[in-house]
Amino acid sequence: MSITIIGAGLAGLSAALTLAEQGVSCNLVSAQASERAQSVMAEGGINASLDTMGEDDAVTYHFEDTMRGGVNLADPNAVWGLCQNAPAVVRRLYALGVPFSTNERGIVQRNFGGQKKKRTAFVKSSTGKMLMTALIDEVRKYEAGGLVRRFAHHRVSALHIESNACRGVTVTDDYTNEALTFSGSVILACGGMNGLFEGLTTGTTQNTADVAALCLENGVELANLEFIQYHPTTIGISGKRLLVSEAARGEGGRLFVRKNGKPWYFMEEKYPELKNLMPRDVVSAEMTAVTAMPECENQVYLDMTGIARDVWKTRLSDLREQLVHYLHIDPAKAPVPVSPGIHYFMGGIWVDEQHRTSAANLYAAGECACQYHGANRLGGNSLLGAVYGGMVAAQTAMSDPETDRVSPEQAEEQNAEVSPSFRARVSAVLGAYLKILRSESGLRQALEELNALSAAAGNPAEVRLLRLAAATVNCALFRKESRGAHRRTDYPVAERGCQKQTIVTNTEIFYREIPERRSHEAID
Amino acid sequence: MKLLIEILRQASRTSAPYKQTIAYEAPPEDTVATLLKRLNSEEKLTDTSKSPVGSIYWQCSCLQKKCGACAMRINGTPRLACDAKLGEFKRGRLVLEPLKKFPTVRDLIVDRGVMMENLKAIHNWLEQSARQSEKTVDLRYDASRCLQCGCCLEVCPNFTADGSFYGAAAFVPASRILAQAEKDNPQALAAYYKENIFSGCGKSLSCHHICPAEIDVEHKLANANAVAVWKRYFR
Repeated sequence: MSITIIGAGLAGLSAALTLAEQGVSCNLVSAQASERAQSVMAEGGINASLDTMGEDDAVTYHFEDTMRGGVNLADPNAVWGLCQNAPAVVRRLYALGVPFSTNERGIVQRNFGGQKKKRTAFVKSSTGKMLMTALIDEVRKYEAGGLVRRFAHHRVSALHIESNACRGVTVTDDYTNEALTFSGSVILACGGMNGLFEGLTTGTTQNTADVAALCLENGVELANLEFIQYHPTTIGISGKRLLVSEAARGEGGRLFVRKNGKPWYFMEEKYPELKNLMPRDVVSAEMTAVTAMPECENQVYLDMTGIARDVWKTRLSDLREQLVHYLHIDPAKAPVPVSPGIHYFMGGIWVDEQHRTSAANLYAAGECACQYHGANRLGGNSLLGAVYGGMVAAQTAMSDPETDRVSPEQAEEQNAEVSPSFRARVSAVLGAYLKILRSESGLRQALEELNALSAAAGNPAEVRLLRLAAATVNCALFRKESRGAHRRTDYPVAERGCQKQTIVTNTEIFYREIPERRSHEAID
Repeated sequence: MKLLIEILRQASRTSAPYKQTIAYEAPPEDTVATLLKRLNSEEKLTDTSKSPVGSIYWQCSCLQKKCGACAMRINGTPRLACDAKLGEFKRGRLVLEPLKKFPTVRDLIVDRGVMMENLKAIHNWLEQSARQSEKTVDLRYDASRCLQCGCCLEVCPNFTADGSFYGAAAFVPASRILAQAEKDNPQALAAYYKENIFSGCGKSLSCHHICPAEIDVEHKLANANAVAVWKRYFR
């Protein structure tokens, strides 16, 4: 059996480890070393109903919060699997040495957005980095044993799909320009579509969206591209958006805007139950609304000055250092100006509950896949989705019948890269029209501007990126309602008839019904 | 601010390096990383002798000190490009060079794969489930923060890419594993540690001050030595 994993972040490592533990070998391909993957940037934590905080938490509550947070657009059976397995996932990470804080009942958990219980396990605000270090070391064991073959500094140059089945992948060595073709199944774990919004996201520059663009070109279905998460608390720094972790609000941070000159804690007034910890789509939309009011200033602040000294020390020291370093603001002493910024792509490569894409023997997991998060992702569910999704994708890849080999005429490489200036032009269009609030006229304008860029597309990679950009805008045009992270000024409410997935291919766009929820016993 | 940027360039692993000087203007709050992004998005950039510059090859990923990709020599000091604000360089003179301890791939990109190979060679992994202890939690947290950027090896008087001493980029991660060792269960790593770290370290501790993640490197060395060499285990 031959399996190639594209991406060596959390989802890719999790898939590799799952395969290796079953004695199945894999090629683990990544543009850079695992230490450079976006997963190391994840801050706040990982969700699991461990019930260590005396709040009677249970899988059902995690499930309900995730479905509600995603405005009922996620696959309920997949979400149940995610939530049910979450405690085992977190315990496994603990056994791999992740230095979670503990109390007499087990792993300590914190409050996080959109969740009514303390359910987020964490290591200060460096949770992603801690998970990655533990998994990198564990996978290293199997690298030494020969089961995991690493190909760092390699990028995908061709995906071999014939009769809707994946036969393999060609990757090119960034250092030597040599191409290698791997036959067999492929698990994509290549991250979100940051490359459509260069400089406008909190994530890495290396999640280019180039593989999603290749999928689209090869007839693989993409889904829900219109759902782009704007995280409420980000700050523009040199060349990117800097995230202020939701942990800041989980530990007591408060949002305010000056209204007629006085601080107005608008989230606390409008949402007395969850207050500043409403789901991210709600908070970002409220921030946009209050800053548009004539009696309010055009700037929201995050006030963390009430956070106790020992919490800063034991739980948020890294977050504080980061803000002092990049903004010269000590958040323990002064409020920090924040605004919403692009943080996560709920949509991506369509997958079923078992992480199969629409092409046989092609799987996707982690942020590149459209799974678990519906119309809006809850904080703490992305690390969980990446680890669990990687496990499921690997298990499915092992159990599915093997694929045919790549035919020699297919294995020809198509090496071309998107130039920085072209990416910047595409990003400028999408950044201008795929904001928190969208409208038909704006989206039509975006399509026109993208169309005008087609003459400037100088190679196949640029043509593909442009098509992916247009597909994303088309998804936003197609969904004539407001739900989660997709808010239309011309269709301001959620429509029952639109409680479906948007599916987009290189030839069509349509709605697909969300799978019916099976009884939990049947899934167990 | 006005900048005069000298970049040590090299077209491939085997070609000869050469210097290229570019006059450019950028805001002082920009970092060297953003500056490189700006230079690469200019369509027709020329150097001070009017020759075309073309794409400058360098590595980056997170742009906020969390991934270690953009380590390079900036005015002679190994550091992260995303951590170097232009305003620091009052005279506007910048010299950008690749790290010198690793083979140059192209321009500012070096092949740091030896660091991962070394960790593999010393068996840097847990042999059994972690023994979680509150006593070691801070140590394991700090050790887990290592970026594998290579700045520590660049300043180390004992490390060479083809040598048998593996430096702080190995002993910092090793200290996380060694914190788990017990008398009845010494990690395989301990034996390799003696050979590839303890015996080659001249204790200059230049690594301690250069770490861009500000890891307490000396503390990791002392603790790893205590376990691997002196068999003083955490209880």
